[in-house]
Amino acid sequence: MSALPLDAGADAALKPAVAVLLPAPAAGRSGWRLSWVGGAALVVSLLALLPLGFVLWVGIQTGWDTASALIFRPRVGELLVNTALLVLLTVPLCAVLAVALAWLTERSDLPGARTWAWLLVAPLAVPAFVHSYAWMTVAPGLHGLTAGVVVSLIAYFPFLYLPVAAALRRLDPGMEDSAASLGLGPWAVFFRVVLPQLRLAVCGGSLLVGLHLLAEYGLYVMIRFDTFTTAIVDQFQSTYNGPAANMLSGVLVVCCFALLGLEAAARGKERYARVGTGAARMPLKRKLGRMAGLSLLLPALLSVLALGVPLFTLGRWLLAGGTAVWRFDELGPSLVQTLGLALAGALLTTVAAVPMAWLSIRSPGRLQRVLEACNYMVGSLPGVVVALALVTVTVRLPIYQTAITVLLAYLLMFLPRALISLRAGIAQAPVELEQAARSLGRTPTQALWAVTMRLAAPSAAAGAALVGLGITNELTATLMLAPNGTRTLATSFWAYSSEIDYAAAAPYALIMVLLSLPMTWLLYQQSKRTAGR
Amino acid sequence: MTTSLELQAIHKHYGAVQALGGVDLSVAPGSRTAIVGPSGSGKTTLLRIIAGFEAPDAGRVTLGGRQLADGPEAVPAHERGIGYVPQDGALFPHLTIEGNVGFGLPRNTPKRAERIAELMDMVALDSAMLARRPHELSGGQQQRVALARALAQRPRLMLLDEPFSALDTGLRASTRKAVAQLLGAAGITTILVTHDQAEALSFADQVAVMRGGLLVQAGRPLDLYLRPRDAAVAGFLGDSIVLPAQLAGGWADCALGRVAVNDSGRRGAAQIMLRPEQLQVAEVPAEAAAHGDACYGAVTDTDFGGSVCVLSVRLVRGTGPAAAAPAPSAAWDEPLLVHSASMHAPALGAMVRITVAGQAHVFSA
Repeated sequence: MSALPLDAGADAALKPAVAVLLPAPAAGRSGWRLSWVGGAALVVSLLALLPLGFVLWVGIQTGWDTASALIFRPRVGELLVNTALLVLLTVPLCAVLAVALAWLTERSDLPGARTWAWLLVAPLAVPAFVHSYAWMTVAPGLHGLTAGVVVSLIAYFPFLYLPVAAALRRLDPGMEDSAASLGLGPWAVFFRVVLPQLRLAVCGGSLLVGLHLLAEYGLYVMIRFDTFTTAIVDQFQSTYNGPAANMLSGVLVVCCFALLGLEAAARGKERYARVGTGAARMPLKRKLGRMAGLSLLLPALLSVLALGVPLFTLGRWLLAGGTAVWRFDELGPSLVQTLGLALAGALLTTVAAVPMAWLSIRSPGRLQRVLEACNYMVGSLPGVVVALALVTVTVRLPIYQTAITVLLAYLLMFLPRALISLRAGIAQAPVELEQAARSLGRTPTQALWAVTMRLAAPSAAAGAALVGLGITNELTATLMLAPNGTRTLATSFWAYSSEIDYAAAAPYALIMVLLSLPMTWLLYQQSKRTAGR
Repeated sequence: MTTSLELQAIHKHYGAVQALGGVDLSVAPGSRTAIVGPSGSGKTTLLRIIAGFEAPDAGRVTLGGRQLADGPEAVPAHERGIGYVPQDGALFPHLTIEGNVGFGLPRNTPKRAERIAELMDMVALDSAMLARRPHELSGGQQQRVALARALAQRPRLMLLDEPFSALDTGLRASTRKAVAQLLGAAGITTILVTHDQAEALSFADQVAVMRGGLLVQAGRPLDLYLRPRDAAVAGFLGDSIVLPAQLAGGWADCALGRVAVNDSGRRGAAQIMLRPEQLQVAEVPAEAAAHGDACYGAVTDTDFGGSVCVLSVRLVRGTGPAAAAPAPSAAWDEPLLVHSASMHAPALGAMVRITVAGQAHVFSA
């Protein structure tokens, strides 16, 4: 997966759970389910089930004896321990760090809080494997679990900081007042009232971080830490389409589902919205007083580690490499290829998401919810599993080793991003407008395009941009599926840094960071807007 | 258990905006005080300072002899033991009703469950609700839970921040009455903040009117209603008729003729105030006004409101001796508002004779 999957993952986890929990109202009255919209949604959903179907199919094909021989061996146990330790150490640390930082920037009078907030989100613009590249330069001896936890923490904490800060801004300070009037000191108020309210944000963010940890390839290869994903790619590269890689990916899928289940259980069924009516008053900022100096150390330290180190390293390599590393004959085609793939992928994914998004808003029903759940679920599967599934399926087809297969992988991996944005956009276009257009003589399809899609266009564009950004920084699936000779920014960077030619890799990293920055800014703004401030 | 609250010269600024400009107020033990004022008058800020959510810039807050705040030096809210019920209840959505009511009771409180049940009983809620979540309750029930939660602390002072404003009209009056009775029976000193003057007048022993960060007037509800300090206070507490008049020996000559006033010492020009219900109208033949010696008017508008009908009456100058008195308001042209029982309300355009019951209030200065 890429370095910037945003809230897609969190929602990907949430949707299936919600779909199961909520009894849907009776399916729509109209005959839409049989129309082309329903048909298209069904096709996309079935496509989304492909990776899961692949895992099941491979499991059955291989047979229990071979499968158990491949799964129950020391190597797999070792990988399982590695991956589990990585997740169990990194996610709680990320959560604690994110809550502390969010409290400082949102609820205290920390000097320059807005600037710090932005600086704490900005590391999202740096792909995870560029983080580890930077750390390998600064501390070449870095390796193993400790390194894995530290670099993951630095690369992924914004995924938790962003939702927690937004939730803190939304929290009704009236509840904290009430708790204080009931005799609770500031610490007790924080632990008994504020923290429980942050549960959804912490759960969602933790899941997102956890899924990233399971899916990330580049980061861990560079610091020589073996996880399931790195092992699967290794297997794939040495034995190609062997059952060993397939079985490992089966275990990885089980790990993903375990995370999803854990999160669904942890988030519980409570309602966290404010109960009262009317607007909440603005929260008071707590005075840090003498602690201000000490408190500044935390965001400052993290900004240095998460932003300073990558930028310093890139600067250093660019200086060292001089003009020689700017080989425009390579950079140009690489950039063009990346942008081409990103554009095509974003367009394809957004168009594919339209029928499902429209159905889920306009005629929610049990069937639609199940279909939608398929779409979200595929986004939480690691890119390596999606890639393996596509290799297995397409190997005998003419589209094997073509851009079409790569685009299909992107479609599956980034579908939830497009879907979430589109859903939000379509929800803003009231059905009455569509009905008005139909009463004025437009067919349902014309009405959808002329009214709803016109209104949802900004959201669709935002979703497409998120997908495009994900594709720009995607490494694993591209490495495994791209036709020979494909050199995207990410794979070029990877090729050079694998040859330890760090200077030659730097321009590619820089371009990826620069391309990601505007989107990171957009995300930051969006998280402020959803909080209503 | 009852305790008096003293506020002395409370000042509070938010940036350049003055929220409170020196408020003095004293609240008797076990009494109910309502603080009223238009929005932005500083009443909620005052309440938050009493609760300890905010510290005053200057001024002193004492409760039962204990100093709670002296300027920015303030005892934090959680050490004050003051109950607080916010506007929307602010129930904790992540806890059940039981969790909410028992929030301030430590886990090892003896007979904790009994205490919670007793509190539910006090606010007239069924204990079966304890397992529910706040969003499953109606607005009025949520308010009662918030009250029970605050009562669990056995507070010396209870602060209510517009707790009834989210409720619909019928529920509002009954909840208000129930809360007043409950707090009165428990002997808890209570302060209610509201922008609804009817609520303040009916709820409190003492009403304090705030305006622009200042406490304009405080006193018994009836005193305030009948003897407001100025026209603005009069208007805030209910419909009023303010007329210019010439005073002499306990009488005022005004557009309504000669009216008794509650200040026998004052002489000369002054403003007097009457409540609409003090004016009584009786329908007369149209030509009566030309010859009569009383005060007459024509009904220019009627506003039917159920039991009471509000009439707009434009004065017609009669020719009799009383009407010929040298009123300073010969050109008084504004329609007067008169409350009339709907059953006997004159029709639009009818000629009425106006008489004044009781005394008019003279504004000082």
